[in-house]
This record gives sequence, structure tokens and C-alpha cells, in this order.
Amino acid sequence: MNYINSYAHIKNNSVYVNGEQVFTYDKNATVNTFLSEAYHAINLVYPKFHKMDTLCKLGLLCAEFALQNNHFINEHHLQKTAIILSNSSSSLETDKLYQHSISDKNNYFPSPTIFVYTLPNIIIGELAIKHKITGENAFFITEKFDANLLVDYCETILNHNATSAICGWVELNENSYEAIIFLVEKKYHPDKNSIFKPLNQQIVTQIYNQT
Amino acid sequence: MISAIGNNVAESFLSLSHSKTGIGKINYLPTRYKDEFLAGEIKLSNTDLKDLVKDNSPDLNRNSYLAMLAAKEAVLHSGIDTKDGLRTGVISSTTVAGMGKTEMFYKEMFEKDDNLNVLDTHDCGDSTERIADYIGDVDYVTTISTACSSAANSIMLGCRMIKHGLLDRAIVGGVDALSKFTFNGFNTLMILDKEWCKPFDENRKGLNLGEGAAFLVIEGENALIKRNGKALSEIIGYANANDAYHQTASSPEGYGATLAINQAITMSGLTPQDIDYINMHGTGTPNNDLSESIATKKVFGNQVPKFSSTKAFTGHTLAAAASIEAVISTLSLQHQLIFPNLNFKTPITETHLVPVTALLKTPINSILSNSFGFGGNCSSLIFKKV
Amino acid sequence: MEVLIEKLKRQVIEQLNLVEVKPEDINPDSPLFGEGLGLDSIDALELIVLLEKHYGIKIEDPKDGKTIFQSLTTLAEYIKANGKS
Repeated sequence: MNYINSYAHIKNNSVYVNGEQVFTYDKNATVNTFLSEAYHAINLVYPKFHKMDTLCKLGLLCAEFALQNNHFINEHHLQKTAIILSNSSSSLETDKLYQHSISDKNNYFPSPTIFVYTLPNIIIGELAIKHKITGENAFFITEKFDANLLVDYCETILNHNATSAICGWVELNENSYEAIIFLVEKKYHPDKNSIFKPLNQQIVTQIYNQT
Repeated sequence: MISAIGNNVAESFLSLSHSKTGIGKINYLPTRYKDEFLAGEIKLSNTDLKDLVKDNSPDLNRNSYLAMLAAKEAVLHSGIDTKDGLRTGVISSTTVAGMGKTEMFYKEMFEKDDNLNVLDTHDCGDSTERIADYIGDVDYVTTISTACSSAANSIMLGCRMIKHGLLDRAIVGGVDALSKFTFNGFNTLMILDKEWCKPFDENRKGLNLGEGAAFLVIEGENALIKRNGKALSEIIGYANANDAYHQTASSPEGYGATLAINQAITMSGLTPQDIDYINMHGTGTPNNDLSESIATKKVFGNQVPKFSSTKAFTGHTLAAAASIEAVISTLSLQHQLIFPNLNFKTPITETHLVPVTALLKTPINSILSNSFGFGGNCSSLIFKKV
Repeated sequence: MEVLIEKLKRQVIEQLNLVEVKPEDINPDSPLFGEGLGLDSIDALELIVLLEKHYGIKIEDPKDGKTIFQSLTTLAEYIKANGKS
């Protein structure tokens, strides 16, 4: 049996941790403004955040909200913490930005920083760099949020090498964005800030749909 | 497998055994860097590829054609029949996806939107779906996108799903076609070499981009026995770890690489001394080759096995690299041949490692294959002779 | 020279997205990489773009960046010696 320690869900300019809204901002604000405000709301001090593209900011922040006030990072052997993320649009919004920067022959100054983010698994890289997580990691492209895939994959690696996992969905496209991150552990170890529900497809789907 | 060294496995084997590189002048990709850089370009235009595929769909992108051709070759070669009732999965990977086509129409799309159907084939999952449709009777489909280690992760996932009884067999691998987007991007990172790349050489300057697709049919023992099939090699170990250092550079001490290599060897039940050959990631960049050399020395100490990077043949094919190298590793095991590390003259000062530089016939029982991607994603696979 | 350094401070902050840094926080003689501003290899590439975009100077070998980008002062001196605009 594996357990969901905590989760964070970001959508519609609001952040929910374990089902409770912990931060909300003007619904008409752009995603970048919202993320900037959320960064300050969580008292994050991480200058590298500002260099990231919107997708990485979204993924990192969602993870930070889930990890806040939680024993997860301190408790686990980070070599045995896996990161499994997924989305539908890959890094398309950043790809478009990059493409834009190389399309004008007369104003041709492609940005290496933007190019670096034209891969969806850089979100994993950023999380790993910040917390020094060196366990297994994978990024899947699926049409919709796939609870089955995440649960199955987590269970497989938790039966193999890992003792904990950070998994979820971080999606950004021109019309919408959404991120949900689950912190998963093998051991049953609840504390006042975590919920400790069993990891299974039904519960994950329920959690995803509740917001 | 289709790449700069051949349009199928047999052609590729000929090139490899004659030390004939596929890297050269760019003929088809309309990039501003055409005359400045070399690349491992497949010697076929998009029209040629469409004719080979003989698919009746409207014009697809280069990525999809390559994927379909390679996957079909793998299925035919394996002798499997997807209609036989066993559960077949397709696990593919790509980073470029439909970008090659989209970038051609990018500016136009702002003026008139009648070409929007081009976008239908843009996303990463499209080429995977095309493979599944082309082959038919596929029960499971998914796409992985973890940069240069993608195909290794596809192979790993296929193995796991078979091991856990979710599939009986899987067509696994990856594809990436050349695109202006990638050329521009790698150029802004200043890691391209204008000359032929020199993996593990002291004077290496960077990588040559390549394109290609490679797929393998992997089966569980039961499925193989049931249909009286014959295996070409066995996957006995695999591992993945994160370097947690930088978005695109590898840590100086090769931390993630060391973890992945060690864990793969542990899983295989072998010891480092049992590894006969390493097919290195060896892109030819100053950063990777040093980092990978250091990781190799950490794992193998003074007894580093024979090794080479085959990227001086194919170029760096990004999401296809690990599966192309899995095919090459299998060819090595079948023929007991190590293919050379081309363009090598001087060992790296800090590590003094010397690769195999001429075709070598030698007993090989097990091969370690490394693939390290942007985002710190490090994967290692171990293949065994059957 | 001071005018160039002040201009560079603003350009560097903008090009590298150093949102939490103000021009007055940057000591022109402090190292840009490692400690000081703590820039990394991708930032070095962005500085190469900055040199071309604003000063018409093209750097072919990224390794040259090590000496040129040691501090804002060395960068300003390089621009004074090689700049076209």
C-alpha cells in the first residue's frame, strides 16, 4: 500500500492544498501575474524562479505548495525520491515564444534561456535542482489527466527502487493552465499537515475532480 | 531503424562496419545554418519518405514518416502478428514532434488561418498514434518526452509493463527529425561543432545534430516462447536518475550518470567487471564527455571496459538516440563487433580514457548503453547476448 | 565609463531576468559568476546575445566569456575596446 501524503492543485488563479483553498488572486489576472503573486504569498526566496518559463514556474510552485509545512523533503532519502510528471501540451507555449524569437531575420537574437525551456521535462529538472532530488524521473504526454498512468507508474517504482514520489500533471496552453502535484510515500506516517490517503486510481481521480 | 547511416538496419550495419559516417552537408532542411554546420541528415526528402510509407493520410510531418517506417521495419523483422490476441503496446518518444512542419507555416498562420490542419500533427503524441494506426491492433499507446534520454525511458517503461503483466510485448523507441527550431536552439547554446564531432577527444568542440527513428519489439519470455520467436538480445538491467545540477549541463562529477550506471548494473545482477563494452552517450560536447568520463571512472575504477560513442556516425538524434544505440548494441552482440569511436586523436587530459577507434571483433556478452538528457535525466540500459 | 556601467547594470538585469536585483545592489567589481550575482552558464550565453544585440560585438567561442564577463567592469572595458555602437 502506498499513500498520498499531501497534494496541491492550482487552477483558476487559486491554490488548494489538501482540499483547502490557501491562496487566491484576481480571476482576470494573467497566469504570470498570478504565479508571481503566489510566489510571494508562499514566501519563497528562490531568484532562479524568475528566469523560468511559465510552465516551470507553475510546476515548481505547485510542488512548493504541496511540500510546505510537511516532513516530505526532510524525511526522505532524496536518491530514492522519484518525480513523475505529465501533461498534454508539452512545452508548446515556450516553443511558440522561441519560434517567435527566431522568425524575424532582421531582428534575429534567439534567446538561449528560452530555448532551454522548450522541453517539458525541464520542470522535473528544476524541482530536482532545487531540492537535490536524484531519483528516477519521467515525463509523459497524454491527452488528458491520466490517474491510472500516474498511479501504476508510482506503484511500479515504489516497488522497485524508490521510497517516495512526486507525481502529477502540469499543463499550460493558450487557453488554460492547471497543475496538480501529489506527494506519495510508502510508509504510513501521517502528521497534522498531511492527509495520508491510500494511493489508488479512484482516490486520485476524486481529488483531481473535487476542485 | 532509419538514420543518416542507412534507411534500415541492414544498411546501417554496413555503414557501421565500414566506419562510414552519415554526417555531412545538409541537403534538405532549409535552415540558415545549411552552409555553416554539418548534420546527420537522412538522405531522403519528405516526398521520398511519404512514398516509402505509402500511407493515404494527408501530408504528415517528417517525424511521423520516420517513426512509421522504423516501427514497421521492427514489427516485420520480429515476426509478431498483432492480431494474435496478445497485448501489444506502442511506447514512443520525441522532442521535435511536428515542429518541422509547423515552423514552415509559422509566419503564414498569422496572416491566414486556412493551413491550420498543419497543427493537427504538431503534438508529441501524434507520431505515436500514427505508428499505432500503421501497425494496427495495438492495445496501449503512450509517449515519453525527456529530451535525449527519452527512448531509453520508453524501453524501460516497455520492460516494466511486460514484467508486471500489463502487456505481452511492446514496440518501444523514439524519433526526432531535424528542424530549424532545434538547429537554432542548439546554436544559441553554443554546443554545436562546425566540423565532424570528436567524442572523447581533448579538442572536441561540440555535437553534430542528427535525425532518425529506431524501434525495438520487446517481448516477455512467455509471449516469445508461445510464438516460437527468436530473441536478438536480452535487456537485463535499466535505471534512471536525476543529476539535479543544471537544466542543460551535466554536473562536473557526473553524479546522475554514476547513479544511473550503478543502479542499472546492480539490477542486472552483474558486477562492473562483467561489462564488456559501453556504448557511451558521448555527444562530443566539452561538458558531457568529461562528465561521462568521470562517472565511468567512478564506477569502473582502473578497469574501464572497451567503449565508444557512435554519435560520430549518426549525429545526436535526441529523442531517438537511445533506441538507435539500443539497435547498435544489439548488432554488436549479434555480430560480436564493437563499432569505432570516429574522429578520436587525443584523450581528454583530465581522464585519459581511450575509446575503441577501429572496428573490433571481440567476445561481448554484456553491453552498457548510456543516454543523458537535458533536465538532468540520466538513463542506463544493460543488454546481454542470447 | 560610469555611464556605460550604469547602462550595463540595467541591461544585464533585463536580459537575465534578475527580478529581485536593483542596479544599486550590483558592485561593478564583484564577480558576476560563482558568488557575486551567482550567474550560470546559460546566463553567460545570454550575455553573449546582449553584446551582439546592444553593442554589435560577436563572440564566437563561449570560452572567451570567462575573462570578458569576470565583472561588470571587465565587461565595460571590453565593450569600450571592441564595441561598434
